[in-house]
Amino acid sequence: MKKSEVPQDKGRVSEKGSRELYYAVDDNGEYTTALSTGWEAKNIVQDHTMQEIQERIDQAQEDVKAGVVSPIVYFMELRRMDWQIVSDYTGMWKWRIKRHAKPMVFAKLNDKVLQRYADTFEITIEELKNYRGEECK
Amino acid sequence: MQIDFEHRITAHCENGVASNLLRNKGLDISEPMVFGIGSGLFYVYLPFLKVNHAPGLSYRPAPGWIFNRLAKRLGIKIKRQKFSNPEKAQRVLDENLRNNIPSGLQVGVYHLPYFPEDYRFHFNAHNLVVYGKEGNEYLISDPTMETVHRLTEPELEKVRFAKGVLAPKGHIYYPIYIPQQIDWEKAITKAIKKTCNDMLAPVPIVGVKGMRMVSRAIRKWPTKVGVKKANYYLAQLVRMQEEIGTGGGGFRYIYSAFLQEAGKKINRPALLEMSDEMTKIGDLWRDFAVEASRVYKKRSNQTDVYNKLADDLLHLADLEEEFFKKLKKVI
Repeated sequence: MKKSEVPQDKGRVSEKGSRELYYAVDDNGEYTTALSTGWEAKNIVQDHTMQEIQERIDQAQEDVKAGVVSPIVYFMELRRMDWQIVSDYTGMWKWRIKRHAKPMVFAKLNDKVLQRYADTFEITIEELKNYRGEECK
Repeated sequence: MQIDFEHRITAHCENGVASNLLRNKGLDISEPMVFGIGSGLFYVYLPFLKVNHAPGLSYRPAPGWIFNRLAKRLGIKIKRQKFSNPEKAQRVLDENLRNNIPSGLQVGVYHLPYFPEDYRFHFNAHNLVVYGKEGNEYLISDPTMETVHRLTEPELEKVRFAKGVLAPKGHIYYPIYIPQQIDWEKAITKAIKKTCNDMLAPVPIVGVKGMRMVSRAIRKWPTKVGVKKANYYLAQLVRMQEEIGTGGGGFRYIYSAFLQEAGKKINRPALLEMSDEMTKIGDLWRDFAVEASRVYKKRSNQTDVYNKLADDLLHLADLEEEFFKKLKKVI
């Protein structure tokens, strides 16, 4: 890539006021560096990924509302986690978390266990317990 | 308390931390030299490991390897420590800062406040340097960022003790010895040979063979997992390839820059020619990303698009096989 071809589209890193470094060749064929504000191709795959993540969150929200899953599933998706990551943060086995994902089992959990989930999702026990499938940040 | 430390933005975090830490110690080494001598160019496909709900793919060796290989080849000694206790991890870092030692840290990016929302995934192989502390705020030099940042004590603890795959466990590292004399020729030839062997490895998931395996997988995705999931997998593939400093085109350009600099340093004009060739291959990797991004624009003929991408990747594998065979002969 030539230095003049380094893309200057409006990318995600530029939103936080930064740019990315590229290695590119100058007119004499010598390698040099240039800063880029972003690249459209990256934005497209990034947008698609964010869209898919939002769909997963929306699905979890509906499932909680319908009483199919417990709030744990919703907050797991909201925090971009999977069973393994929740397991690593809470220190509980995956099969145990999957059991807690059932509304019936979840309703009987004590505060000590709930606190571990709340810490993992960075919310309070009340927020976790009282989540009924509404929109939330 | 602030250590005299020059922050420089680089394309990739691990190269950047290594290069900035060594420069601070008086060894002037560029990012491409770190990447090349650390044999940073790699390719491995891990279909059995799901990352963000998609098959795993890595364009670089495991975190820490680039710096370790570089250190070994140049005779540098690095001190590394991991912790089970966050308080102890902080004490060791604070002690280092008091002793004027800028320290490299492995961190998770999910909780990094200065990262754009779109990049905040549970990815734990990021690297940054702490070069000072004011009150309860750490001064952070993140080599993928244009400027320096600050993190509070709890914020830093959170990213140092992120959980999940490749959990950093407070991992701290810094060079403790740099030799007076360095045999660049030996280091460069050894490193290039290693990269050639990696990329030509007779292992189905590694190097050009790994690329061919991914090509076969891409071709099957739309029928095997459905178009929706295939599109998601593809997005993850391109994200791993071209996101901040990692992967396809970006790495090829850094490697080309390395071949050019190395060729001049040890006076091997053949490496300059190889550098030109690698630059062209890098351009094709970027074309591949552009081609892939088209999938999300037009809805028709999805299988054709996937077949075209599979062909493109196959072509890249052929070019790289030829390239690394030639490079091996030249060196």
